[in-house]
This record gives sequence, structure tokens and C-alpha cells, in this order.
Amino acid sequence: MKNANPARQRLVALGLLGIPLLSYPVLGLPQGDWLGLPAIFVYLFGVWGGLIAGAAWLAERQGR
Amino acid sequence: MTSGWWLALVVVAYLGLLFAIARYGDARADAGRSIITPNVYALSLAVYCTSWTFFGSVGRATSGGLSFLTIYLGPTLMCLFVGVLIKMIRISKAYRITSIADFIASRYGKSQLLAGLVTVIAVIGVVPYIALQLKAVAAGFDLLFGAGGHPFSWWGFDTTSLIAAALAVFTILFGTRHLDATERHEGLVTAIAFESLVKLLAFMAVGVFVTFVMFDGLGDLFQRAAASPELAQLLTLEGQRPSTWISLLLLSALAVVFLPRQFQVIVVENVDESHLRRAVWLFPLYLLLINIFVLPLALGGLLHFGGQAADPDIFVLTLPLAAGAEWLAMLAFIGGLSAATGMVIVETIALSTMVCNDLVMPMLLRSTWLKAEKSPDLSHWLLLIRRLAIGLILLLGYIYFRAAGEAYALVGIGLISFAAVAQFAPVLLGGMYWKLATRQGALAGLTAGFVVWAYTMLWPSFARSGWIDAGFVELGPFGITWLKAQALFGLGGLDEITHCLWWSFLANIGAYVGVSLATRPDALEVGQAERFVDVFRYARRLPDLQLWRGDASLHEMHALLERFLGAARARDQLLTYARRHGVADWRNLAVDAEFVHFAESALAGAIGSASARVMVSSVAREEHLGLDEVLNILDEASQVRAYSRELESKQQALEAATAELRAANDRLRELDRLKDDFISTVTHELRTPLTSIRAMSEMLYDDPRIDLVSRSRFLGIIVSETERLSRLINQILDMAKLESGRAEWTSSEVHVADLVRESMATLEHLFREKQVELSSDIPDQLPPVLADRDRLTQVLVNLLSNAVKFVPGGQGRVRVSVAIDGPAIRVAVADNGPGLTADESAVIFEKFRQGGNTMTDKPQGTGLGLPISRQIVEYFGGKLWVESAPGAGATFIFTVPLPVPDA
Repeated sequence: MKNANPARQRLVALGLLGIPLLSYPVLGLPQGDWLGLPAIFVYLFGVWGGLIAGAAWLAERQGR
Repeated sequence: MTSGWWLALVVVAYLGLLFAIARYGDARADAGRSIITPNVYALSLAVYCTSWTFFGSVGRATSGGLSFLTIYLGPTLMCLFVGVLIKMIRISKAYRITSIADFIASRYGKSQLLAGLVTVIAVIGVVPYIALQLKAVAAGFDLLFGAGGHPFSWWGFDTTSLIAAALAVFTILFGTRHLDATERHEGLVTAIAFESLVKLLAFMAVGVFVTFVMFDGLGDLFQRAAASPELAQLLTLEGQRPSTWISLLLLSALAVVFLPRQFQVIVVENVDESHLRRAVWLFPLYLLLINIFVLPLALGGLLHFGGQAADPDIFVLTLPLAAGAEWLAMLAFIGGLSAATGMVIVETIALSTMVCNDLVMPMLLRSTWLKAEKSPDLSHWLLLIRRLAIGLILLLGYIYFRAAGEAYALVGIGLISFAAVAQFAPVLLGGMYWKLATRQGALAGLTAGFVVWAYTMLWPSFARSGWIDAGFVELGPFGITWLKAQALFGLGGLDEITHCLWWSFLANIGAYVGVSLATRPDALEVGQAERFVDVFRYARRLPDLQLWRGDASLHEMHALLERFLGAARARDQLLTYARRHGVADWRNLAVDAEFVHFAESALAGAIGSASARVMVSSVAREEHLGLDEVLNILDEASQVRAYSRELESKQQALEAATAELRAANDRLRELDRLKDDFISTVTHELRTPLTSIRAMSEMLYDDPRIDLVSRSRFLGIIVSETERLSRLINQILDMAKLESGRAEWTSSEVHVADLVRESMATLEHLFREKQVELSSDIPDQLPPVLADRDRLTQVLVNLLSNAVKFVPGGQGRVRVSVAIDGPAIRVAVADNGPGLTADESAVIFEKFRQGGNTMTDKPQGTGLGLPISRQIVEYFGGKLWVESAPGAGATFIFTVPLPVPDA
């Protein structure tokens, strides 16, 4: 692409960050209970929600 | 149990509502006020969530814990790679792509063979997925219809067949009202978005009910589950295979784009690229919301029905029923129905378009029937074919359900389909970014991948249901163990999905890349590759016009359009085209390359790009361009692009150089002006003493009778003016040396305190003569600095003599203080003279500027002392400045940096 789009590239960077966070071996880390809920449940939904919030912020911030 | 007829009524009413919404959406689109907003678009993508999600995820969670989430995490990551989606949409819009088969075929030279192959893979691959929907809805229906374990039947048909038939009729009514597949089904998309809302609300309602009404919230559920050893393992990821997790992540990331219905809603139905901006996060958010309560529901079901044989795939229905909330079970059923109908409608529409355009049309076009058929309008045939295709696909789904459906849980069936459509990924993504990929390569890759998939995934699914001999899978065909379908070449230890994905991708990508590199593309392929890969560059379709040469008659083209689009639509399209070209009557249109291109893409919208090309070339006498010619044209185009880019950058470079030159010229002019000023000032300064010397000398010469006292006074003046003159000349020379950098410097350790004391001693008589008090404040121990001793003395003497010059005689006070100031030694010479105004403070460091009023007072110095001092101090890395206010004296300060200590 000639005109590399910064917003798009930031989203890709976020996606590249998400891949290791949502796969092994990192997924082996959360153990036991967090906040009274199973750690892995909190971890997965937390990271997932974080990625979505990041994407929303990057995508909606300004005209891409 | 709910009355069966009541349930049927609700279902019919719900489907009626969907119709109304679709009609409304279509009406708005026709009126030019599209109802498709970014939110509607994002919601329509949630057609990804089918019965699999609604019913199957809970079932999966009862055995696999949180591993069901991979199916939704993959799409979330995929959405972030939005550039790929945008490129796909851009290509599809530019070339009127109607389906994933069309996309792939179009890229590889509009190949009918490839389009057919993709269609076959898609149909075979997706059939299990449709069976899954039938199975889920039938199970729910049986449960709610209250047959109490006895399957419902009507005239010998079971529930599943009735549901398949009902869905077929519904889809036909719903989806094939229009012909042109690129003309977006806005009503359909609106209805799908509505269904997405319904299923989300229904599922969350059940989730909240089970979690907070039947149990005491999430914490309670998890605690009770943790108490049981079997359930506790669902709360961790222990026992999960990392390979499975990663395969599922990859598989779902690919499926969310390459499933025919996903391609349809994401790419074909996209109204505006900017809608993706919302979808990128709203669609993942939807997935997150619909999944929050899956694990709680699974745990709730297992805890509630512990020990009983309950099908976990329908916990969503049985849990509310068990708690007596029949209305909620009804809502859940409607939600599940939404999930299934949404999927079936979009999937079968997408598939039927592919079957019609890429399988049936090519056959018809070749058959003699079409030539014999005299009817000028074939568009109603196209619609009929599509409708038959929809019926056929649902029939296949039903057959698969009977053959293999009972043996698998819902998610198991769905994954078979995911693995099938993943085979499109290398060919499609490769086609978008790799120009060297060829049609042969694509055919080889797809075939290899599909064969491996069928052997390792589809075939075992038949075997498992006992439809074919299971020994085939367990022992290998004919007892050959290294051909065992789920441990090919002895590759064991993987689950079947990972096993299939690994081998099929190896075969697929290997064949695709290998054959592509070994074969040469033909002219058409090269052109298409250029257009697809560089779609962002070809904002204007320049190469299209260059890559077609030939001639055709308007009459024949018109007849062709009429035949496939119908008379009315053909005329509409022609009128629009004519208006765009400023031609009043379309009959006067010129049949040039652009017109042929327009006709071909209009046809492509109806019958797919491969068939459209065949049809257009059947009436247009096209001059076939050889591969070399096409390559030349593309080369030229890219050269022109390269030249223009080069020109642009050269122009920019020129502009930059011009600006630099102008700045340099300005600087030179300024320097020239300064030089002139300097010379005139110097001559002026030299003339003043010369004038008085001359005047005195003339007086002595002219009048020999001057008395001795006057004579010696005149001679005194001459001597002092001569001294002033030589001082001035010395300083000018000094200044010139300093400025040109030719001054000689010696550098040695200098003790500033000693230097200050010596300078003060040197000038002591001056101070005493004028009765000025000279005091000092010099600390004992100061580190030495590196400087030129004589030069530094020159600075200090200059400052002291300036001070004594300007203070009033008799009551003047001058104080010298030395101190360490950070990394430097600071020397200040303070006087109590008249002081300087802010303006004066700024200019006294310029050459030939002096304190006091030079116009009226006799100049007291040369005006070069301070500039020279400043040059000297700056040479050693220090600073010289003045702090002063009128009437409050002036303090001249300079610093000399201390040597940097060796590290």
C-alpha cells in the first residue's frame, strides 16, 4: 500500500500483541482464584475485553 | 409443557416479523435512504453466531471447559487485521465480485474450472454446518413440543425434515427476490442484524436467569463447581492441548472471513468501507457478551441435572424448563431459531449464487439447450436455478444429518466445516498479495487441501456414525496402518482437528506454492494478478481499458444484457451508463473497451465473472493479446507510474534546493552589508584622531611663534591621539584575527584568582588617579581552568578599565568577585556608574558601539573592547554578559568553564 494508514497499523500491532496473550504458553500462567472467580476465566475475558477496548479507542479516535 | 400449536404460532409470527423488517429495509434502500448503519453492519456480522454458539457452546463447555472460547477469540484477532478485509472489499467492489468462488476464480484469470472447484468444496464443506442447524432446531422443537421423548412426526416425516423444508421455503421467499447478486440485499442484512439482537438478548436472559435466579451469582456457581472434582477441571485449562487451542484459534480466524456466508456479509453486503471502523470492535464485543454466560450455563446444567442423562447441547432450553420458566424457554427457543435461520438463510443464498453462477451456468452455456432456447430473457431461469439450489443444499444438509449427525455433538460437526473453508485461505490470501501465483497452483493447492480434508475429517465422520465401516478409520484402509485417517503417516498424539489442519495445510500450501512457481501464467491471469494485488493503486481502471482490444456491436451486447438481466434492468443499467458518459440516448453509445468492460461487469453481477467473460467473448470479436503484450502494457503502466513518482521527487528536491540557495543569498547580502558598515565605521573612527593630529600639526607648522606651553600641549595631544590610533588599529587587527580564526592561542592551566589580583595591581594607578575605590572578593582555593592567560588578562583589564572610565571620580566604587558557579568559574566586575538601559545592554557588545552618548560626548574607548572580550570568553566555552539598570551601576560577568574531570 502506498499510503500506509497509521490507524490500521496500530490495529494490526494490537492484533499481534493479542496473539501471544491469548495462546500458549502464557495461558498456562493464570492459576487459582482471582476475585473469587477462576483465574483463567477472569484472565481470558479480561484480555479479550482489553483488546476490544483498545480496538474501539484506536478505530473511533479519528478519521482513519 | 407448552402447547405445540402455541409454539408454532409464535414461530410463524416471528418469521413474519422478519419478513416485515426485510421489506422495510428493502423499501428504504429503494428510496435511497439506506438503513444500513455501521451498527447494523457490525450486528449482521454476528451471523457468525449460529446454533453452534447458541446451543453447542454450552455442550462443548461441559466437556472442554473454556476451550469453546477459541472459536470467538480467533475472529477477534482477525478483525484487528483490518487491512486485509479492506483490500478484499475494495477488490470486490471494483470488479463486482459476488461470492468467494467468484473472487478466487476472478483472481486466477476468471477460470470457470476454479470457480466450480471452489463451489464444490464450499457446498460439501458447509453441508455439515447446515446439518448442525437442523439438528439443533429439531432437538429444541422436539423438547418444547412436549413429545416427552417421543420424536414428533407428521405424515411419516420427522421434525428435522420438516424444519429443513420450512427453512428452504423461507429462504427462497426471502433471498431470491432479486437477481443481481452484487445488488446488495439490504433488507436481508437488516433482518439478520435484528436476528443477532434477538439471539443475544435471549441467550443473556437465560444466562442471567440461571446464574442469578437458579443459583446465587457467578461466585456461587464457581464455588459449587469447584467442590466437585469432575467440574473443577472445567475451571482450569489443565488437560488442554496447546496445539488444539492454537489450531482452533487459527481455524476460527480464517472461518470468520472464508465461510461463504461470512464473505457474503463482510464483503459483498458491505455498503461503505468506513463501517468496518465500527465492526472492528463492536463485533468482537458482541462475541464477548454472548459468551460470558456459556460456562456458567454449562456448570449450572451439570450441577442441576447431575447424574441424569441430559443432553448438554440443549441446556439453554432444559434449564429454564426445569425451573418452571416456560416463557423463558420459549424466548430461548426463539433465540436459537434466530441463530439457525440467520445462518441458513445467508449461507444458502451465498451457496446458491455460487452453484448457479459457477456450476450450472457454465454447463448451460456449453449445452445446446441454451442455443435452442429462443426466449430472449433468461433471467427467470437464473432465479429458478438458484431456488432449486437452495432446496438442494438443505436436502444435502438433511442427508448428512441422517448419515452422520447423530454421532457428533454440535461443535464437532461445525469444526468439520471450518476445516473445509480454511482451505480457501492460502489461495485467496496468496492471490491478494502474491502476483506470481498461478491458476494451476491454485487448482493444485485447493484440490490437495480438499482431498486431505475429506480423507482425514469428512470420511471419519461417516465412519463414526457407522455409515461406513469403522475399521477403515481405526485400522487404516486395507489394514495399512500408516494411512490411518486420523494418524496419517503415524502422526499421532493430536486431536482430529489439529491433525487435519496440519496435513491439509501442508498439502494445500505446498502444492499451491510449488505449482505456482513451476508454471507460467497466461495473459489474462497476469492482468488479473496486477489488478488484485495493486488494487489500491488502480483507483482509476486504466489497465482495464488497455488490456482489451476488439470490437462488438451495440445490438448484440444489448441483446446479451437483456437475456440475463431482463429487459427492464438491462435498460436501466444502459441508461445509467449513458448518463454517466453524457450521452442522451443509449442507442448512440460507442462500443469501446470501456463499454465492453461495463457490460461484462453488469453480467458478472448476475452470473459471475467467469461466465460473464465467456458470454461477452461469445459476441465481441476480441483480439487476443499475447502474454508478452500484456506484460508490456503492464510494464508501461508501471513505468509511467515510476516516472511520475520520480518527477515528483525531483521537483521536490529542486524546490528544496531553490529555498536553500535563496537563504544562502540572503545571508551573503547581509554579510556584505555588515562589511560595508564595518569599513565605513572603521574609516570614521580612524579619521577622528587623524583629524586632530593633522589640525595640531598644521598649527605648529603654520605658526612658528607659538609659545612653548601651547606647543608642548599640542604635541601632547598629537602623541595621545597617535597612541589612540595605533590602539585602534591593533584592536581592529586583533578583531580580524579572532573572527577569521587565525588568532594564536596558547592553552595552559590558569589560576583565575592570581590572574585577577595581577590585573587589579596593573590598573591600580588608574583607580588611584581617579580616586575610585577598588575592592575584591576572591576565595582562597579555586581550581585552575584551561585558558590562554594573556587573553584572559586582556578581558579582565578591558572590563576594569571600562569600569573606571564610567564611574564618577571621587566616589566611584568597583568590586571584583570570583566564585564557582556550577561547572564554571564566574568573574563579576561591578561598578556604581550610571548603568545601562536594556537597549544599551543589548548593543554594547556590537562593534563600535559605546556606552554613553557618542554623538555628543567625546568617545572614551574604541568600541572594540567588549566585542573582543566576548569573542575570547566564548572561545574558551564561557559567556560574557551584563546585568544592569539605569542609575544602579552595571555588573559585567563572564564565566570560564572548569575542565571536565577525567572519568
